[in-house]
Amino acid sequence: MSGQSAAKLRKQSAVPPPTERILSWGRYPKIAHQRVHKPAWNDQVPEIFNAAAPGALLPYGLGRSYGDSCLNAGRELIDCRRLNRILDFDASTGMIRCESGVSLSDIIDVFLPKGWFLPVTPGTRFVTVGGAIANDVHGKNHHCAGTFGAHVRQIGLHRSNDGLVICSSRENPDMLGATIGGLGLTGVIAWADIQLKHVAGPWIDAESIPFQSLSAFLDLSRESNDRFEYTVAWLDCFAGKNPRGIFFRGNHSPSHGAEFHPKRGPKLPFALPAWMLNRYSVKAFNTVYYKIHAARKGVAAVPYDSFFYPLDSIRQWNLLYGRQGFLQYQCVIPDTNLGAFEELLDRIARSGMGSFLGVLKQFGSAPAAGMLSFPRPGLTIALDFAMRGERTLRLMQSLDEIVQKSGGALYPAKDARMSSALFESSFPHWRSFVPYIDPKMSSSFWRRLTGAQ
Amino acid sequence: MMTITAHPTTTRPAATPVIAMKKIVILGATSGIALEVQRQLAHKGRELLLVARSPQRLAEIQADLAIRGARQILTYSADLASIQQHAGIFEFVQRTFADFDTVLLAYGSMHDQKDSETSVDVLLEELTVNFVSATAILTLFASDLERRRTGCVAAITSVAGDRGRRSNYVYGSAKGALSLFLQGLRSRLHPAGVRVITIKPGPVQTPMTDRLANSARFADPEQVARDIVHALERRSPDVLYTPKIWRYIMGAVQQIPENIFKRLSF
Repeated sequence: MSGQSAAKLRKQSAVPPPTERILSWGRYPKIAHQRVHKPAWNDQVPEIFNAAAPGALLPYGLGRSYGDSCLNAGRELIDCRRLNRILDFDASTGMIRCESGVSLSDIIDVFLPKGWFLPVTPGTRFVTVGGAIANDVHGKNHHCAGTFGAHVRQIGLHRSNDGLVICSSRENPDMLGATIGGLGLTGVIAWADIQLKHVAGPWIDAESIPFQSLSAFLDLSRESNDRFEYTVAWLDCFAGKNPRGIFFRGNHSPSHGAEFHPKRGPKLPFALPAWMLNRYSVKAFNTVYYKIHAARKGVAAVPYDSFFYPLDSIRQWNLLYGRQGFLQYQCVIPDTNLGAFEELLDRIARSGMGSFLGVLKQFGSAPAAGMLSFPRPGLTIALDFAMRGERTLRLMQSLDEIVQKSGGALYPAKDARMSSALFESSFPHWRSFVPYIDPKMSSSFWRRLTGAQ
Repeated sequence: MMTITAHPTTTRPAATPVIAMKKIVILGATSGIALEVQRQLAHKGRELLLVARSPQRLAEIQADLAIRGARQILTYSADLASIQQHAGIFEFVQRTFADFDTVLLAYGSMHDQKDSETSVDVLLEELTVNFVSATAILTLFASDLERRRTGCVAAITSVAGDRGRRSNYVYGSAKGALSLFLQGLRSRLHPAGVRVITIKPGPVQTPMTDRLANSARFADPEQVARDIVHALERRSPDVLYTPKIWRYIMGAVQQIPENIFKRLSF
């Protein structure tokens, strides 16, 4: 028996697998990919590179980017979710080395019982380490900890032309800065060293405070940022210029050593009919949400997951927005230009199209960790808009004008439709990022905004 | 003199007694399902001996499982499809892991069926990997457990082995033959108190099945692994279908008369 010829034959007859539908979290735009690679081992990535045409590839993780930055229409994706091994852990320093497909959720499950937590976490635990780096994600502690990328010490990066490149502050620091916030375009992250932070346990001493105006929010924010590691606010965007909301702040609890077992929440089984989400139902939801939290105001020790990840308790909540999907709008407006922020809120309120997920946060002044990092000093707001065609896009364009005039920026991880002009003014140095792009990489987002092929 | 304390008798005995399974040998440790099984066993603090071809990949898994809580992890790099290497594998197990209590066979290969139709080489490779080599290595482990009158032999076969289908009968016949082998082995080892578990997964999302149509809808390997670990640790059925629905699906498929079945193209 000749195993060799069998292997040869197998190779020849290998047909590309039928493509599965991959969408981003907003389920808009709905595009198709030519092929999805699913390497299970880092040693398989170079083969994928070798077989690919220039600009053909883009790494993909858990698909929590909202728009088209994690998509590569008509081309190929490298699904990194099977690259999910934790390769090293130093129990004395809290430094871990893990592959790019390891999820933040997994890191919490493995390391929180050992007394270590994520240095920075976004509002969902279901993102990969690769995605957290590629979008240089931020969290409720941006004012004191900066972005996720600020805690990445070293990256092993697969590059199509020069193999595995080590990037750290000593070796290839430029490539490190390009890869953090680099939207997956600089290569495929093989592994990353991340500095975890020591915590006493899984509890957060949390406080919620209702507020009734933007200036009240700012006072709370300024007052809290020195004393609280985590601050964020929920905003009722139907209330206009003088919005009401709930301010959340918290610190890791030093006293609660007790264990608890997070439970898995319900799952939305299918896309809800579009009519269920309208200005009346959302207004009603917002009122109830505000009243409940306003009534509950005060201090309490809460489990970390309900503090950081309230939305993760409903799996596939993105299906709430129906078949057409939704768009998220996240911008930052400089602190010095609060008039623009009020104008923005007013425009949204008058449109009647806002939703229940208005999240408001004052960024800190930490220097950006990556060349294309989004966070910068100012106020950031994130809002969902159900996709209702032209009407939705027009509203967002009018918001763009306010953001651009104010010298603000839009978050690429949330975007599916901004103009090249706004991208240019949000990231004026984007051209100096171009030399770091791997020749085999591209994305729908990048082609849309820069005209790259 | 020793005092004997009477253990309090439980009023309701547990429906499925937990089996003290601590040291597990996994054959084919880099296979998609094995990876998930190993994670769950590591989380429970078990001791593992992993056999697979690539030393590099074994090292990566070893690091990962140690961080996730496995008490001890030994690795041995060998090609399980090559029967000549079996003696070396078994010798290593005897030397370093002699009191293992469970062996799980998790490797397999699935070629495109069309290749096995046009190439006898591919056909024979498929049968050798999935059936011949599997029975060879299991025999070594089974005899040892039989002699020690303890433990568990488990092997992953497939629902594809329950009926020969036009689109996948070579893989199916190898897995079906392995299921028959396990059935006989179970009967042989029963007097010695050694359990034999036939694991029949439906289609699972692993590298082996990526090229098949609709692979995105296949079962989650994590769920399949949960069923497998549960079966290993409880005195549960001799034959495990996972996800469970496949027990009923295959039950129905087996009822279709041959005269009709031969006309079906799936």
